[in-house]
Amino acid sequence: METPDSTSDHTPAADYDIERIRADFPILGRLVHGFPLVYLDSAASSQKPYSVIQAVDAYYSEIHANVHRGAHELSIRATEAYEGAREVVADHIGAAPAEVIFVRGTTEAINLVAWTWGAAHVAEGDEILLTKMEHHSNMVPWQILAGRAGAVVKYVDVRPDGSLVMEDYDRLLSDRTCLVAVTHVSNTLGVVNPVAEIARKAREAGAVCLVDGAQAAPHMQVDVQAIGCDFYAFSGHKMLAPTGIGALWGRRELLEHMPPWQGGGEMISEVRLDGFTAAPLPHKYEAGTPNIAGAVGFAEAIRYLQRTGLERIHAWERDLTAYALDSLGAVEGLEIYGPKEDRVGVISFRYADIHAHDLATILDQKGVAIRAGHHCNQPLMNHLGVDATARASLYLYNTRSEIDALVDALGLAAKLFGVA
Amino acid sequence: MPGHGSDGLELSSLQDLYQQVILDHYRRPRNKGPLEGATHTLTLNNPLCGDVIDLMLRVEGDRIAEVHFEGKGCSISQASASMMGSVLEGQTIQQALAVMDTFTRMLHGDMDAAADTDLGDLRALAGVAKFPVRVKCALLAWNCLDEMVGPGATPS
Repeated sequence: METPDSTSDHTPAADYDIERIRADFPILGRLVHGFPLVYLDSAASSQKPYSVIQAVDAYYSEIHANVHRGAHELSIRATEAYEGAREVVADHIGAAPAEVIFVRGTTEAINLVAWTWGAAHVAEGDEILLTKMEHHSNMVPWQILAGRAGAVVKYVDVRPDGSLVMEDYDRLLSDRTCLVAVTHVSNTLGVVNPVAEIARKAREAGAVCLVDGAQAAPHMQVDVQAIGCDFYAFSGHKMLAPTGIGALWGRRELLEHMPPWQGGGEMISEVRLDGFTAAPLPHKYEAGTPNIAGAVGFAEAIRYLQRTGLERIHAWERDLTAYALDSLGAVEGLEIYGPKEDRVGVISFRYADIHAHDLATILDQKGVAIRAGHHCNQPLMNHLGVDATARASLYLYNTRSEIDALVDALGLAAKLFGVA
Repeated sequence: MPGHGSDGLELSSLQDLYQQVILDHYRRPRNKGPLEGATHTLTLNNPLCGDVIDLMLRVEGDRIAEVHFEGKGCSISQASASMMGSVLEGQTIQQALAVMDTFTRMLHGDMDAAADTDLGDLRALAGVAKFPVRVKCALLAWNCLDEMVGPGATPS
């Protein structure tokens, strides 16, 4: 992968062993259409290291049984593995295990809050405050809730560079605001939002604050206490874990007083013919047999990130993002969206008059995987006046030579489309 | 393209996909814009990628007199819509649906269909068959046509 002029000379952290990290991810060794895979779509879903794959494998090979059920050895071990995983996740974000609900992912976490806390607390005329940059999964659940409750959804404006108009937030936030839901990091523009300030102001206004951490948790150390929000939602699969597992963190006093969501086994402490008593936290919100293997893989993914060091990952990605912005910025006719500073390596761009889907098809033939389209961000795209962008997103295993491969492949697109 | 020696392979598929005639229809679409006296109009989008086609027909008797479209999206979806008009105008609905059938078979790799001269410029889209995920792009405008005048359409 390495070329002399690309990677090793400018390594921001001398002890960041990129070769070893890449070797941890089996998929990075494969070819696509005869070319080495250049995976620049981690914002959609990250790849998985051996240790995560092996943790899931070992769980199924040696431990599996249903949790919280039997008195037999395997069930006891499976329960330990599952609840142990919860402790790892909770500890990672500065929370108590009882406040961490395992869910399928960020989308399910947000829907859980909308259907439980929302159903209990949002009334006619109340206002739900979002931003124009929210992913559809932090927009549609609130639109559904507002429709049911007769509430109003308002949106904080976004500047052309992707930053939030905080004066707009101050203006829209009022005693009618019951909830503020905001993304920590934009999945299209890579902007990092001032979530601590947003959460503090929401609290002062008497509103509850939910932060969508899907694009933040993979790249930075998240401390829910420091952010000061009330709910934090994130997905495992974007941070090296298997698909189908994620977490919702909520403040205990809120979680305790919210009605249950799905009913079934696991979420009850007693069922009678005339009703039921819900289980204590966190199982109150985990009806049915959970994704035990997913939780085990999630915990190992977090351990992998901790072993590698989120600070060092962040430094590597910051350097790589700057290199990508420079390299792409030097391509004539290429326009990059989003800010230059204070961002993560999610880079949306347009190239001449070549549509993003055509770009993605052409790049794919060179083994370069990017995302094309509206990125589940249609209102933001409309706001920016574009119908689709190409998006290259970086993670801990990407290198400068892969950015060079991206720029090379753009050259092929230019040739095919006759772009000078 | 420095660094790799096998440009030929993927280039030939891509060159088949992005022929000059397709790029020409993409950049200078025919029959794009509102259609006065339209008898049929339908907008369809591809929710996965956001491509949009608004297809407008002026049907006289059983004949398609004019085809216009509005839209945004990739070169394949837009070129396909642009070519549709140049091929279908003046044809009967029955003939148009036969073209649609041949075109669809071509996109799924039927070489005989790709040789059918009734397809006119549309034959340039034969290369899409090698890129199955792009077939839906090429068919977007035709799905509009099918919904408006195809066998399952409700009479207007």
